[in-house]
Amino acid sequence: MTRRQVLDLYFVEARSKLVDVAAFLDRAQRADGADDFRLKSFRAALGQLRSGGPDRARRVLLRLSDPTAKPIEAAGNQNACGAWAGSKGTRIKKKEGG
Amino acid sequence: MRFIEPHAHMVSRTTDDYLSLAAAGCEAVCEPAFWAGFDRGSVEGFHDYFCQLTVHEPRRAAKFGLPHFTWLCLNPKEAEDLQLAAEVIEMIPEFLECPNVLGIGEIGLNRNSRNELKALEMQVDLAARYRQLILVHTPHLEDKLKGTRLIIDALKSDRRIAPERVIIDHVEEHTIALALDAGFWAGMTLYPESKCTAARAIDMIETYGAERLWMNSACDWGVSVPLAVPRAALEMRRRGHSAAEVDRMLHGNPAKFLGQSPKFKLQQ
Repeated sequence: MTRRQVLDLYFVEARSKLVDVAAFLDRAQRADGADDFRLKSFRAALGQLRSGGPDRARRVLLRLSDPTAKPIEAAGNQNACGAWAGSKGTRIKKKEGG
Repeated sequence: MRFIEPHAHMVSRTTDDYLSLAAAGCEAVCEPAFWAGFDRGSVEGFHDYFCQLTVHEPRRAAKFGLPHFTWLCLNPKEAEDLQLAAEVIEMIPEFLECPNVLGIGEIGLNRNSRNELKALEMQVDLAARYRQLILVHTPHLEDKLKGTRLIIDALKSDRRIAPERVIIDHVEEHTIALALDAGFWAGMTLYPESKCTAARAIDMIETYGAERLWMNSACDWGVSVPLAVPRAALEMRRRGHSAAEVDRMLHGNPAKFLGQSPKFKLQQ
């Protein structure tokens, strides 16, 4: 596809998602309470969008990933929440499927 | 359009979903064993589930002309109790001769714990001893990168395992190269809220090529779309992929991987 074709096909959809991200950040800012690790990671990942290079999606995912190498001691009852809390971080309870 | 749904948890879906799949051109559904949404309390609970996958569900699919295949395992979310895990894994061979069982799956990791890793290694050994194909579940969200690395290390450390007989499922942009570069197949799961969208999956096809790749819906009891694969085909066509390229991704590639099991046969 040409760049023009990519824009014709995906610009409006991407614009909608961009506005959704902006509205989410506004919503979080209006709400009472402190940031937690998820919002901090989210903002850090946003920084990847401004940099050049063809692998922004990969770099955003890396920024949100657990970078450590060793297995954890036990799984416990809590699931992945979308951002790495750090080695001593607290997980957020959430249901997951497949 | 014809397609194979290589990863669907049909025990969680309605009969209408079978009808929709068949009407959309599906030629076979393949169902890995997975977590029921709650932890089973006994070996007998798993035994009943394996009977459901090998006896009941094929009959349900057959009403719509769909061959139903399955994979058996203890899923990683229920691996923390190693004694139960060992008892379940010990029971699996009695089902491996069933005509619709393709291999061991979906094994892997969930939270990347020590016991999950031990259960994974036990099941890799099981697959090697019984010469079974392997279907791997990679963890969710922030756990995926680390889990994929641990899983690939575990698979590569067992010299009996041929990478071309293993598919690493649920890859995303940060894990797909790990799987492909090590010689494994890679699966892209099309979910509305997590894993990857059709547009991103097609980006990966265009970036890495179609070799050793498939797409699946992994539809289950959560937010998921049974027709995600044929919808992705429409997206491929919108982006200018030929009918032959679509057919390779939706039918040729899954048939090539799954056809390594002599039990995988499509209706003529």
